[in-house]
Amino acid sequence: MTPENLLITAMVLPLLACIACVLLPKQDNLRDGLTLVAAIALFVTVLAILDAYNAGQVVELNLWSFQPGIELAFSIEPLGLVFALVASSLWILTHIYGVGYMRGNKEIKHARFFACFAFAIFATMGIAFSANLLTLFLFYEFLTVSTYPLVAHKETPEAKAGARVYLGILMSTSIVFLLTAIIWTFVLTGQMDFTAGGILAGKIDDGMLAILLALFAFGIGKAALMPFHRWLPAAMVAPTPVSALLHAVAVVKAGVFSMLKIGVYIFGIDNLAATGASTWLMWLAAFSILAASIIAMQQDNLKRRLAYSTVSQLSYITLGVALASSMGAIGGGMHIVTHAFGKITLFMCAGAIYVATHKTEISQMRGLGRAMPFTFIAFGIGALSIIGLPPLGGSWSKWLLMVGAADANQQIMIGVLMLSSMLNVAYLLPIFARGFFLAQQDDDGAGWRERLSEAPLLCVLPPCITALSCLVLFFYAGEIQAFLAPIVSGGS
Amino acid sequence: MMSSVLSHSPILVVLLPLLAGPLCMLFGNRTIAYFVSILASLCSFLLSVYLLSLVSDGTVLSYHLGGWAPPLGIEYRVDAANALVLVIVSVISILTLPYARKSIEGEIAEKHHTLFYACFMMCFTGLMGVTITGDAFNVFVFLEVSSLSTYVLVALGAEKDRRALSAAYDYLILGTIGATFFVIGLGLIYMATGTLNMVDLAERITSLENNRTVRSGFAFIVVGMGVKVAIFPLHRWLPGAYTYAPSAISAFLAATATKVAIYVVMRFIFLVFSTKFGFEKDTLTFIFFPLAIVAMFAASFTAVYQVNLKRLLAFSSVAQIGYMLLGISLFTVTGLSAAMVHLFNHALTKGALFFAIGAIIYRIGSPMLPNMAGLGRKMPWTSAAIVIGGLSLIGVPGTVGFVSKWVLLKAALEQNYWLVSLAIVLSSLISIVYVWKIIEQLYLQPAKSDDAITEAPLSLLIPTWILILGSVWFGVNAEFTVQVSTTAAESLFHGKFLEPATIMGLEGRP
Repeated sequence: MTPENLLITAMVLPLLACIACVLLPKQDNLRDGLTLVAAIALFVTVLAILDAYNAGQVVELNLWSFQPGIELAFSIEPLGLVFALVASSLWILTHIYGVGYMRGNKEIKHARFFACFAFAIFATMGIAFSANLLTLFLFYEFLTVSTYPLVAHKETPEAKAGARVYLGILMSTSIVFLLTAIIWTFVLTGQMDFTAGGILAGKIDDGMLAILLALFAFGIGKAALMPFHRWLPAAMVAPTPVSALLHAVAVVKAGVFSMLKIGVYIFGIDNLAATGASTWLMWLAAFSILAASIIAMQQDNLKRRLAYSTVSQLSYITLGVALASSMGAIGGGMHIVTHAFGKITLFMCAGAIYVATHKTEISQMRGLGRAMPFTFIAFGIGALSIIGLPPLGGSWSKWLLMVGAADANQQIMIGVLMLSSMLNVAYLLPIFARGFFLAQQDDDGAGWRERLSEAPLLCVLPPCITALSCLVLFFYAGEIQAFLAPIVSGGS
Repeated sequence: MMSSVLSHSPILVVLLPLLAGPLCMLFGNRTIAYFVSILASLCSFLLSVYLLSLVSDGTVLSYHLGGWAPPLGIEYRVDAANALVLVIVSVISILTLPYARKSIEGEIAEKHHTLFYACFMMCFTGLMGVTITGDAFNVFVFLEVSSLSTYVLVALGAEKDRRALSAAYDYLILGTIGATFFVIGLGLIYMATGTLNMVDLAERITSLENNRTVRSGFAFIVVGMGVKVAIFPLHRWLPGAYTYAPSAISAFLAATATKVAIYVVMRFIFLVFSTKFGFEKDTLTFIFFPLAIVAMFAASFTAVYQVNLKRLLAFSSVAQIGYMLLGISLFTVTGLSAAMVHLFNHALTKGALFFAIGAIIYRIGSPMLPNMAGLGRKMPWTSAAIVIGGLSLIGVPGTVGFVSKWVLLKAALEQNYWLVSLAIVLSSLISIVYVWKIIEQLYLQPAKSDDAITEAPLSLLIPTWILILGSVWFGVNAEFTVQVSTTAAESLFHGKFLEPATIMGLEGRP
C-alpha cells in the first residue's frame, strides 16, 4: 500500500470499529472481537506508516479544501507518529482490559461504550496526523464530543455532573481561546500549516506573541494547565478503561501533543527562545506541576489522586515547550510516551482493584497487595516510572527535561522537577507500601494462597504488560530521542 | 423552445407558485393540491439553480416584466446574492412539502389541508418575489403576499393549541406595523426621488445625503424591515409564531422568512442607499452593532430557560439573527460575506432542527422538554439529527455552524475588533448550555414509561436528514458556500448589482 492509503486506513479502521459496535448491539463477543481485530490492524498500520517514514517517504494527504486555501490535510512527522504509536498500541491493551472490566463489573450499554471509544481513537488518529491547525481543531472537538458519552456512561447524577464539567470546560476553552488563536494566526500569517521552525517569526511583536501563546495554552484545555484543569478530576466518574486510555493517554495527550506541536511548528522553538514569549508559561507550568502534586497528596480516592497526578505530569510537557530549548521539546515528546505507559498502568490497576474488591478509597486498601500481588506490583512499577527512577522509562524523559532546563539557563526549573519527583514519591509509593506492609483490615489469619483474589485475567494482564513496557522503554529511550530529534532541527 | 422558456426564468420562479396557490383551492382536493405545490416548488427550484449558475461568476441579470423597460416597467434583477437566497428558499420549500403532508395530519383538520397548501404556495411566492424583484414597491407587495399567508398558516396551528390564534394575531399586528413603516419609508424616498426602481433610486439618491426626507425614509424602512427580520427589540412576534405554528411551518419560516427579510435589509442598506452616507454608517455602528451583540446574549440566555423546545429554538433564532446583523454591521466585504454564509448555514441547521422537533411532536404530541426524556433510544435517528443540528448551532467543527463562526470571527479579527470576537465566542458558549439541556434529556434521562413510541415515519425523517447531511457536507467542504457568499457580498458591497446588466427575456418595448 502507498503511504497515503496507509494513512487513510489508519483513520478508517477505528471508524469501522465504531460502526460495527453500533450495528451489533447484542452480539457481545462478535462485536468485541471485531474491535480487537480493528485495534490490532490499526497498530500494524501505524507501524507500516513508521516504516514508510523511516524509508524517507514524504507522506502528505489533502482530502479536500475546507475553504479556498485551507485544506483538510494530513501529514506524517515524528511527533505525530510517536503519539499515534502510543495511542494505537495502548488501544489494544485497553480494549482487552475494557472488555474484562465492563463484563466483570456488569456495566450497561456496552455497544454505545465501545462505539464511542472507537470514535475517540479515530479522533486521536486525526489529531496525530493533522497537517494544519484547522484539521487539528476539527479532530480535537470530535474527541471532546465523542468522549462525553463515555464520561457520562453510568448515567448517575454524579456522572452527569462530572460530564457537564468535562464538556463545559473543554468546549468553552477550545471555542473561546483556541478558535480565536487559530483564526488570529491565520489572519496574521495567511496560512496555518505546521511548518518546521514555525510560521510566526517576525509576524507579530513580542508582547502580542505572549498573548497569542496564552490563547493557545489555555485554549487547549485538554492539556489541563491550571486553572483549567478541573475537568480532569471531574472526568474520573467514568468507567476505569475510559480513565485509563482516554484520560491518561488519548485525551490529555492529545492536549499536550497539540501544545507541543503548536509550540514547535507554529511558534518555533527558536522564535520562542528569542522573544521570551513563553517565560510566563514556564512559571505557570511549574506552578501547575507543584500545586497539582500537593493536591494529589490530599486525595483519598485513588482515581482522583491519579487524576491530579496527571494534571501535574502534563505540565511537564507544557514546561518542555515553554523552556524553548530543543532538549526541552524532545523531553516533552518523550514524556508523552513514558507517562502514557506509566499512568495507564496505574489506572488499570486502580480499575482492577475496583473490579475485584469495589474499593475506591486508598485508606481501604491496607494489605490488599497480598491479595492482589500482580496488580500491586504492576502498580509499583508504574509508580516508579512516573517518579522517574531508573531502570524505568520515566527516568529518561525527566532527565531530558532537566537537560532542557539547563540549556535554557533555568536552573530553578531543575529544582522544580526534583521537588516534583519527591512529591510523586510521597503520594504514589504509600499506596504500594500500604498494600504490602500494612495488615489487612479483616485479617483472618488465612494463608496467602487462600487470600489471593485477583481481578479477572483480562483486567490483570494488560497492566502487567504495560508495566513491563515501562521497563523496556528505558532501554529504547535513545532511539525515541533520535527519532524525535528532527522536530527541532529548524526550518528545513 | 426550451431556451425561450428558460429566458423567462426570473419571472417563472415567482409566477409558478403564484398560479399554484389558487389552483390548490380550485381543485379542492388535498392530494392534488399537494402534487401541484410540489410541482411548482420543484420547477422554481430548478430555475433558481439555473439562475444561480448563470450569475455565480458575478454577472448580473435583468428581466423586464412584459418587456417594459425600467424605470417605467418593473424590473427583476438577479445577482449572486439573491440567486443564493432563491435557491435556499426553494430547497426548503421542496423539503417542507413532503414533510408537511405527514405532519399536518395530526395538527390541522382535514378540510383545511387544501387551504394550507394554497397559503403555503402564496407564502413561497411572496418570499421568492421579495428576493428577486428590483423594484422597491414590488418588495412591499410581495412582502404582504407572504406575510398575509403566514398569518393564516400560523393560525392553522389553532387546531392543536388555541394559543396559535393569539400568536398569529400578535404577528399580524406587529407585521402590519412593520409593513406600514416600510411603505411609509418607500413613500418618503419616492417623494424625494420620483422613482421606485432600485437602480434608478440608487442613482438619484447619491446627491441627497442631507435630505431630511431621505433620512426619515431610511429610518422607516430599516425599522419596518427590522420587525420582519426580528432584530432584537422588535422580535416579540417571533417566539410565539414559531412555537404555535404547525411544525412544518415553523421549520419553513425559521429557515426562510427571516433570511429573506435580512436580505432585503442588506439590499436597501448597501444598494439603494449608498454606503457612502454618513448616517448609514452611523446606523450600522451605533444601532445595528450593539443590538446584534445584545441579541446574541439576551436571546441565548432566554433560550436556556425555555422548556418548550420550539420556543427554545425560536429564541435561538433571534440570537442567530444577531450574528448575521453583526456581520452586516462590520461594514466590510468579509463581514457581509460572513452574514451571507450564516444566512445559508443557519437556514440548513434551523430547518433541520425544527423538522426533527416536529418529528418528535408527531410521535409524543408535545413540544415540552420533560416529555422527551429517554427518547434517544426510542427515536434514534431523530435524536441523532437533533444532536448534529445542536452541535452545528454551537459551532463544532465539521458542521456548518463552525464555518459561519470561522468567517465571522475572521471578519472581526481582520478589523482588530477584539471585544467583538470575544463576544462571538462567549455567546456561543451559551448555546452549549441549551443544546446540552436537550441532549441530556434525550439520552441520559430514564424513559418515562415503556409505551410504544417508535421512530418517526420516513416522510418526516428523510427531509430532516437531507438538511442534516447538508449541514455536515457544507460544514466540511465549505468552498462552495464561502465562494458564492464572497461573490454575493462583493456584489452587494461594491454595488455590482447596480451596474448595467445582461438583459434576459423580452426587451425593446418603449
